[in-house]
Amino acid sequence: MAQGHKFESNSAAVNWLEARLPIISLLYGALGPGYAAPRNLNYWWNFGSLAGLILVIQLITGIILAMHYVPHVDLAFDSVERIMRDVNYGWLMRYMHANGASFFFIAVYIHIFRGIYYGSYKAPREMLWMLGLVIYLLMMATAFMGYVLPWGQMSFWGATVITNLFSAIPVVGDYIVTLLWGGFSVDNPTLNRFFSLHYLLPFLITGVVILHIWALHLPGSNNPLGIEAKDNKDRIPFHPFYTIKDVFGIGVFLIVFALFLFYAPNSMGEPDNYIPANSMVTPDHIVPEWYYLPFYAILKSFTINILWIPAKLWGVVAMFASILILFALPWLDSSKVRSMQFRPLSKFFFVLLLVDVFVLGYTGSQKPEGILPLISALGTAWYFAHFIVITPLLSKFESTLPLPESISAAVLKKSA
Amino acid sequence: MSTNDNTHEDGASRRDFLHIGVTAIGVVGAAAAVWPFIHQMNPAADTLALASVEVDISALEEGQAMTVKWRGKPVFIRHRTPAEIASAQAVTMDELIDPQADGDRVQQEKWLVLIGVCTHLGCIPGGTKSGDERGEFGGWFCPCHGSHYDTAGRIRKGPAPKNLAVPEYAFLSETKLKIG
Repeated sequence: MAQGHKFESNSAAVNWLEARLPIISLLYGALGPGYAAPRNLNYWWNFGSLAGLILVIQLITGIILAMHYVPHVDLAFDSVERIMRDVNYGWLMRYMHANGASFFFIAVYIHIFRGIYYGSYKAPREMLWMLGLVIYLLMMATAFMGYVLPWGQMSFWGATVITNLFSAIPVVGDYIVTLLWGGFSVDNPTLNRFFSLHYLLPFLITGVVILHIWALHLPGSNNPLGIEAKDNKDRIPFHPFYTIKDVFGIGVFLIVFALFLFYAPNSMGEPDNYIPANSMVTPDHIVPEWYYLPFYAILKSFTINILWIPAKLWGVVAMFASILILFALPWLDSSKVRSMQFRPLSKFFFVLLLVDVFVLGYTGSQKPEGILPLISALGTAWYFAHFIVITPLLSKFESTLPLPESISAAVLKKSA
Repeated sequence: MSTNDNTHEDGASRRDFLHIGVTAIGVVGAAAAVWPFIHQMNPAADTLALASVEVDISALEEGQAMTVKWRGKPVFIRHRTPAEIASAQAVTMDELIDPQADGDRVQQEKWLVLIGVCTHLGCIPGGTKSGDERGEFGGWFCPCHGSHYDTAGRIRKGPAPKNLAVPEYAFLSETKLKIG
């Protein structure tokens, strides 16, 4: 247990409240001096709280946008343009929301790869890891439905392609697609329900984030060495040490965020989405938002039927499996050593995985022509091999480096 | 074991029976109550009440094609050239991913009528307008994920599993078509 300072107060009012609803001591223990965190957390540990901040930005700007947006196929596109041109600071709210989504994914991707590199998913933090993946899945669903709302060409055709994924399910697939659409194609009923769910899901995310933090505070944070903090020589209070570090990180983030907002607000978007949706014309090249591209590449990488199962079903199953397999990671990797600092071979394969994801991201963004489908297929094979074959083998046969005695010993040795 | 009068020799009591029975009825009732909450998402009555469309095809010259909207989806109507008909008929069944003879897909050889929705993930394949890329088999090409369809709208190459669907249609006259 990561026990820090115990909450105490001399104020009669605070103590009165504490006896009836101990919420101040709860926050004190979760985010204040009451949470004793490992003393050696590096800057890769900033991205969790950063993602939390971006969630708040998305909630606030989203609730404001909903006050001006009209969820109807005839009015949605124009209402978004009205927000951009006529609503006071509407352009700022919308650009914050659209770019905020991209930065949310950047923060979360760094957070996930941080977790993989330092073995943060291992016992006793499996629930913490899986709750994080649930948040990620909810984020993907939320972002997808949000992207449909402006009702541009990419909105419409992205929605068409993604909802059609479910038609690959044998027997009931077509019924499910009709159920999702509420009609015979993506249309007004679809837009309405996506708006409703896009408003709902962020609050579910907030709920799971609370569970995620709850699950974090039982074992406490992992750290770059991957060894457990033993005593208070290994720990420092979260406040003021990590609150100030998080605030510094937030400052850096806000500078970068502002650069995008004010100088390149559409750089992460797709120009085709400024064309109103047209159900009779498919854009020349449908691409999802950048944060889905590696999964889109996996979806596209199956072009022939294997074992009587259609290529389409393979693609859909592989795409979902590529995320679901991460739930099994704590058991696929049985190595007792958490941090890849002490796992030289794992570190090498971690870099290869990272490269593989970027390669898939690239092939996902391109038309499936020439050598690219082959590269997608190889990249997909490597992705699954990494988790199903390489990770279990490494955890059995890799010779790891000696672990330091304690966090404080390692830190003091480094500074000496 | 207790010596309760209601307990059978195998340890099961009347109370166990009631627990199981009540739980089972509760589950069935809950499942029935869930159905309206799911079914409300299916197409509403006004969405289902869709008329068929009538199309005048007299302006379509040989080699030309057109797109009409039916149930929110595009329908392709192609006036095929003799060469296109010949190439569609020349294909043998074992070359096809989703085998179907050309004759089973048309009512009149000259006129090919298809739902213009790729059977992969629902994009609209190009090839109807002149100047569109028609793919390796001269029919349609889906730009989304690279599916190639031939001059009978059959899938020949790429990730799509099935041929382009043929909608229900009828010739009202030589130049008039009713879809739906």
